[in-house]
Amino acid sequence: MSTATLLSVENLTMRFGGLTAIDDLSVSVPAGKITAIIGPNGAGKTTFFNCLTGFYKPTTGSVRLVHPKKGEMRLETMTGHRVARDAQVVRTFQNIRLFPKMTVLENLIVAQHNFLQEASRFSIAGIFRLPAYRKAEAEALRTAAHWLERLGLTDIADVAAGDLPYGTQRRIEIARALCVDPVLLCLDEPAAGLNPRESAELNILLLSLCREEGIAILLIEHDMSVVMKVSDHICVLNYGRKIAEGTPEQIRNDPQVIKAYLGEDDENEPATVMGGNA
Amino acid sequence: MSAVIIARHGRTPAERFKDAAWVAFVALLLGIPMVGLTTVDEGGALTVQTRFGMLGIFVGVSFAGRFVFRWIMDQVRGRRAAKPAVAKLDRTPLAIKTIGWAVLGASIALPIMFSENRYVIDTATTVLIYVMLGWGLNVVVGLAGLLDLGYVAFYAVGAYTYALLFSHFGWTFWEALPVAGAMAATFGILLGYPILRLRGDYLAIVTLGFGEIIRVILVNWTELSNGPNGIGSIPRPTLLGLPFERNPAEGTQSFASFFGLDFSGMHRIIFLYYLILVLALLTNVFVSRLRKLPVGRAWEALREDEIACKAMGMNVTNVKLSAFAIGAMLGGFAGVFFAARQGFISPESFTFTESATILAIVVLGGMGSQLGVVLAALVLVLLPELGRNFSEYRMLMFGTAMVLIMVWKPSGLLASREPTIRLNKALAMDNKAAGLGGQA
Repeated sequence: MSTATLLSVENLTMRFGGLTAIDDLSVSVPAGKITAIIGPNGAGKTTFFNCLTGFYKPTTGSVRLVHPKKGEMRLETMTGHRVARDAQVVRTFQNIRLFPKMTVLENLIVAQHNFLQEASRFSIAGIFRLPAYRKAEAEALRTAAHWLERLGLTDIADVAAGDLPYGTQRRIEIARALCVDPVLLCLDEPAAGLNPRESAELNILLLSLCREEGIAILLIEHDMSVVMKVSDHICVLNYGRKIAEGTPEQIRNDPQVIKAYLGEDDENEPATVMGGNA
Repeated sequence: MSAVIIARHGRTPAERFKDAAWVAFVALLLGIPMVGLTTVDEGGALTVQTRFGMLGIFVGVSFAGRFVFRWIMDQVRGRRAAKPAVAKLDRTPLAIKTIGWAVLGASIALPIMFSENRYVIDTATTVLIYVMLGWGLNVVVGLAGLLDLGYVAFYAVGAYTYALLFSHFGWTFWEALPVAGAMAATFGILLGYPILRLRGDYLAIVTLGFGEIIRVILVNWTELSNGPNGIGSIPRPTLLGLPFERNPAEGTQSFASFFGLDFSGMHRIIFLYYLILVLALLTNVFVSRLRKLPVGRAWEALREDEIACKAMGMNVTNVKLSAFAIGAMLGGFAGVFFAARQGFISPESFTFTESATILAIVVLGGMGSQLGVVLAALVLVLLPELGRNFSEYRMLMFGTAMVLIMVWKPSGLLASREPTIRLNKALAMDNKAAGLGGQA
């Protein structure tokens, strides 16, 4: 059961003009596990995320999601918001994208837009505050309050999100994504800019989301203290190609990976693509 | 420690003195040509005379003025710094609410206090039209963050819809009002579609063009709009079918005869005032409600970050179009009222200047702030009126006031944003509702 595939990417290629950002990539993401995508800067990790979540339309290849309730879906044919709305594949961003002037709670309520919008019946039920809408709003509030509590944000729920420290904003972004009720959560460098203590807390959070809530997580990360501790499965990209795949232990000892990250003395391969711990 | 003292008490007198001396020096330099020298016509020949006495007064006033100004500013700043920030946060919404109710009370009482002064009520009606337009545009610009420079187009669509419906089919104000709103909303969506992908400057330019297109069509499509001659004798609105006329048609009653009053021209003026007040208030309630609904929150989220909206599964197209449609509809309503009040409309009433004024009201008031729009509309309509005594300096005064306000309050008169939902309040209400449900 635990080996069931949630997302399978086959022969994915993304070209921008002459530049091939992703080259014939095939990856599968198991359900209920944490999968990490690592690789040096410019390896195509974020482009890969953009292809999965409908922000880019891949040049060729397929992205199949086996949704636990809705069955098989083809993500590469879905545009923009439909990936998050219908397939419930939700992402966060490398450079945090919150709604800075809105409060933390509002950020989490906005994430439940589709649910609430439907309940508001073209805003008519909402304008007159009919019971059906009020019930939906209370439910959305409970969801938000649950995740606020879970991520330790309850005390700052009514503060504008943009006024909060960087590490907190990262947590808010994850909380907001969780409010969309994801089956697959794609996190783009969630540990970037976090101090060691915050990184350790992130590890605990990711593991509990995966083990307790059964949410599959796809993770792009440079911080090896996070990647190696939480990942069940790691996929290494370089120049848009998959160069290795396996458990953390296998990846740590893979010569190809070491070469990509550190370069090799006796070859002409430049060491300039070293993965920085940005 | 010393930093604290400075923050509390401002600068020392010596510093203030030095600062004022500098200002006086600059005033002296500027004053020599501007005040110190003057030309006098002596028997046909122009001679230059000196006015050192005047110059001395000018410099002295500058010095004293600057000294006092600094002192007051330091006092204000010291007081502000001494207050805990949290208390201020909690107080602001209450202060805004109080001002809001005070303004509402004043606007209801106004016609009673000035029941014989037509000028005051007419001006107040104009202010209210701009308030309503400001509230409508606030949806598009303030909430959804879509810069619209052609808002007057929807105002024109509303006004012309009523005028045409009347002149072709004899529709009354109340019949035309919803149709005109729907018509303007349709135009809002028509404008919205082609510019979905645009943002910021590009969006502004296209909306500017749209505003001009509507005006140019109204000028040139003579068969439809009667061109630059406009459409006249548009009927005034009635109160539940009672017209405001001296001599109503045979067998009908007018407002005055129905209530057994002597006919007075002021009845209609006051009625129009209350009508726009009600329309504006309905607009306000409508927009305030929408703001707390998913659609309103989506507008604000769109303003904050469009890409994040998409990542949350939000259909950005619908959100944008709804903002354009709702904003346009409210503009259309205001247009119908405008046509009914004037009795005559022509394309000249719908120039770019109007769009710019409405936008200025929204920006000056503080984007997204409802009360800010009222204050800004008061400033922008009343300043030129008050400035009439200064004849040719009127627009100069107006411009200076606007610059000063923007320097003093860069993000508008009332820039604070009230959250649409608060955790503790909402949870308390939720619990209360659950408790009541349990008892019942």
